Amino acid sequence: MNALSQIGTADWFPLFNSLRIAALASVIVFFLGIGCARLVARLPKAVKGLLDVILTLPMVLPPTVCGYFLLMVVGIRRPLGALLDQAGIRFVMTWYGGVLAAVIVSFPLMYRTARGAFEAFDETLAYSGQTLGLSDIYIFWRIRMPACRQGILAGFVLAFARALGEYGATSMLVGYTPGKTATISTTVYQLYRTGDDAGALRWVLVNLAISAVVLLAVNLLEVKQKKAVVR
Amino acid sequence: MSLSVDIEKRLGDFHLRARFECEAGVTGLLGPSGCGKSMTLKCIAGIERPDRGRIVLDDRVLFDSEGHVDLKPRERRVGYLFQNYALFPNMTVAQNIRCGLCRERDEARRKGALDEALALFGLRELARHKPHQLSGGQQQRVALARALVNRPALLLLDEPFSALDAHLRLRLQIEMLDALRSYGRPALLVTHARNEAYRMCERIAVMQEGFALPPEDTKQLFANPGTVAAAMLTGCKNITPAERAGERQLYAPEWGVTLETALPVPEDVTHVGIRAHYFGQKVAQNRFPVDFVGDMEEPFEWVLEFRYAGQKPDSQPLWWRIPKEKHPQRMPEALGVAPVNVLPLRRGDNGR
Repeated sequence: MNALSQIGTADWFPLFNSLRIAALASVIVFFLGIGCARLVARLPKAVKGLLDVILTLPMVLPPTVCGYFLLMVVGIRRPLGALLDQAGIRFVMTWYGGVLAAVIVSFPLMYRTARGAFEAFDETLAYSGQTLGLSDIYIFWRIRMPACRQGILAGFVLAFARALGEYGATSMLVGYTPGKTATISTTVYQLYRTGDDAGALRWVLVNLAISAVVLLAVNLLEVKQKKAVVR
Repeated sequence: MSLSVDIEKRLGDFHLRARFECEAGVTGLLGPSGCGKSMTLKCIAGIERPDRGRIVLDDRVLFDSEGHVDLKPRERRVGYLFQNYALFPNMTVAQNIRCGLCRERDEARRKGALDEALALFGLRELARHKPHQLSGGQQQRVALARALVNRPALLLLDEPFSALDAHLRLRLQIEMLDALRSYGRPALLVTHARNEAYRMCERIAVMQEGFALPPEDTKQLFANPGTVAAAMLTGCKNITPAERAGERQLYAPEWGVTLETALPVPEDVTHVGIRAHYFGQKVAQNRFPVDFVGDMEEPFEWVLEFRYAGQKPDSQPLWWRIPKEKHPQRMPEALGVAPVNVLPLRRGDNGR
C-alpha cells in the first residue's frame, strides 16, 4: 500500500514523457503508415514483396536490434548523426530520440493494418468517384478512408499501444535519465533493478490503468461504429 | 451525338478488339461472360487503358494512342453504372446523388437539382438512408440518379440488372428505359442476357472472345443473326455446319437434309441455324421424317428432342419447342420449317 500512498508526492515525469512520445510517434506513424500502405498497395507485385519485407522488418526484429541499427545511423560519431548534431538535432539521449525509436518500432503495425484495409477496398468506388468528376483528394479522404476506417483505426491504436510500451530500442538509443528521457517502461526496470519494488509496482499500476483506458476507448469506438451501421 | 470506338488491348492470352459506333439511344453489347464487354466499357470510361486505338465522343477525342491523347476519367464526361452500383457506403442517398453534382458550382442550383432528382426517381423518402438499408432496386435507382445528374455525354451500363431478382428486373427495365429516353444521350449497355438486350436496346453489337461485331438493329439481328456467334447469343438452339447447295438452298451434312431458305445464301456460308420455336407439324416446306428421342417439360412449354431420319448417329439431336397446349397427342412423323426461318450463318470475322 506504500505504492499508492506515494502517488501524490511522486515524480510524474515518466508518465508525461511516455505519453508525449507515444502521442507524437503514433501521429507520425499514422500518416507515414497510411502513405506507405497506399504506395505499396499500388506497386507491381515483385517490388511490393521486397518493400513489404523491409517495411515490416522492425516488427519481427528484437527491439534492441532496432536500437542498435538506429545508433549505427544517428549515433553522434556516425556521418548522419554528426551532420544532424551540427544542425542541433541529437537523437541520442534525448526525449525525441525516444520518439524516433517508437516510430520505427510501431510503424509496421500501422502500415500492415492500413495496407490490409486498402487492399480490401472495392476499387469500383474510386472509379465511380472519378467518372463523376470528384477530385482524387476528395475520393481519398471522403470515400477511401471512411471505407477503410476500421482497419486504420485498429492500426492506430495498436501503434499507440506499442509506442507507449516501447522499451528495447528506447533504452539503447536514449537510455534512462530521470527527468530527461525516463519513460514508464524504462522507469519500471530501473526501479526494480535498484531494489525499489514499491516504486516499480506504482508504475506498473499506472501502466495498467493507461492500457485499460486505451482498450476501453477502442471498444467504445467499435460499439459506436456498429450502431452507425445498424441505424 | 455519337460515340466511335476502335481499340485493341492484350491481356495475357486475351485479345480485345472492339470497333463500333453508337448514336443516341441504347446500344447493347451482348456476349457471354469473359468476352471483354466490361473491359470495353472500362476503356471508354478511362479506367483501363487500351494498347492502341481511338475513342471519340461527339467531337471530343477521349483517347488516341497515336495523338497521345488519354483523358482522365473525370475529364471524359462518361457516366458509369457499375454492376454492384458502387454507391458510397458511408454516405446517405442524398449525399451520394450530391456527388454527381460536384461539377455544379452554384449551391442553390445544386440543391434544386438534388431535389428534382430525388423526386424524379422516387427517392425522397429514402434521402437520409444509407445504401445498405436499401433494396437492390432502390440502390440501382440511386446509382442511376447519381450518374444522370452528372449530365454525362454518354452513359455506360454494366450488367445493371444482374444483381436483381427476376420479378424486379422487368419493372426496373421499364423504369430505366423511361429514364434513358428522357436523358436523350447515347447509352451503351453490357449484358449476357438476350431478353434484356432485346427489350432495352435499339441496336446490338455481338461480342465474343474479345471481338465485337458491328452493331445491328435489334429486330434485324434476331430475325437474321448472320453469324454463328450472333445466332447462339440470340438463343438459336439448332446450329449445324452447312454447305451452299443453290442460291436459296443449303445442304446440312450432319442432319442429312437439304433446306430451302428465303434469304439468299451467301457464298461464304458455313452453318445453318433453325430456332427451336419454328418447327411445325403442318408446315409443308422443308418437311422431313423425324424420330423423337426425348422430351423435357418446362413451365409453359415442352422441349422435344428429335433426329432427322437421315441424321448422322453421332451428331446432336435437334430441339423443338412448343407451347403446352399444342403438344401433339401422337408424335408427328415429319416436321417442316418455313424457308424464312432457315438462317444461313457464317463464322464471325474472328473465325467463329
